[in-house]
Amino acid sequence: MKDRFNLYRFASPATFYPLAGTLIPYFAAISVIFGLAGLYLGMLVAPTDFQQGEGYRIIFIHVPASWMSMFIYLVMAFWAAIGLAFNTRLSGMMAQALAPTGALMAFLSLWTGALWGKPMWGAWWVWDARLTSELILLFLYIGYMALTAAIDDARRADKAGGLLLLVGVVNVPIIYFSVKWWNTLHQGSSVNLTKSSMAETMLWGMLLMAMCFWMYSIAVALMRVRTIMLERERNTDWVKAELGGQVAGGKK
Amino acid sequence: MIHWNSFADFLAMGGYGFYVWGSFGATALIMAIEPIMVARNRKTTITRLQRQMRAETRAENRNTAE
Repeated sequence: MKDRFNLYRFASPATFYPLAGTLIPYFAAISVIFGLAGLYLGMLVAPTDFQQGEGYRIIFIHVPASWMSMFIYLVMAFWAAIGLAFNTRLSGMMAQALAPTGALMAFLSLWTGALWGKPMWGAWWVWDARLTSELILLFLYIGYMALTAAIDDARRADKAGGLLLLVGVVNVPIIYFSVKWWNTLHQGSSVNLTKSSMAETMLWGMLLMAMCFWMYSIAVALMRVRTIMLERERNTDWVKAELGGQVAGGKK
Repeated sequence: MIHWNSFADFLAMGGYGFYVWGSFGATALIMAIEPIMVARNRKTTITRLQRQMRAETRAENRNTAE
């Protein structure tokens, strides 16, 4: 019961805004710590891969970026579903705030993938199922941002964008399982829940980097959502107070 | 515990230097620029909203004075 009460409380922008402001530095600091630890293990300690030499080290950003690009999309689709079902104010803002970071992660996944593909496969790009579905993910992010930016009314933009997100969510399992469902040039997953095909230091380096990317994404999305809140709630008392009591005092 | 014999060794990445550093460089660049852009956008948004708010308050005060 208590949890429920809290959840509703933080669903209000007026409560969420200061909470997010307090949390951002912690997420940023944790991200830096995980990142330094991950880079240390991955770039300085981890051994050479017996097949790919030192080139495999791209994995320490390629996999975290790819995971985040899929995960952020799922979170956005979750918020879209909540927003469409319950018409909550915060959900649209959350999806808005996550989109650019998700798009950058998808871009980084493709970029590092190209730089990894060239020496290993001899091609920057191939129309392989994994690569193509990840490219579609990038287009979905861009499409969502373009669509919501084109609609002036924020609530209607959220609704249209939310539908796009929910339709596009089918692409995420396609990306994830593409290496199993089709014969792809892209290698199979290096890690799954039961076993891993990597040396221990490699695995830990990658997991730490994934945590770093995760915390980074949360910090940046929280920064962005705070600005969106001010913009969208500009006619409320709490935003007026936030923007400067001396000006808001004029009316009272 | 350190895998590399020298700094040059580390930079060369066993011949994959261009690909490895191209990946890490782009990532570092994006992760440095994105927060800066977000912070800058926040600043300009706040200034704009404050300006709008002041304009509105002035307009309201004028109306009540009449």
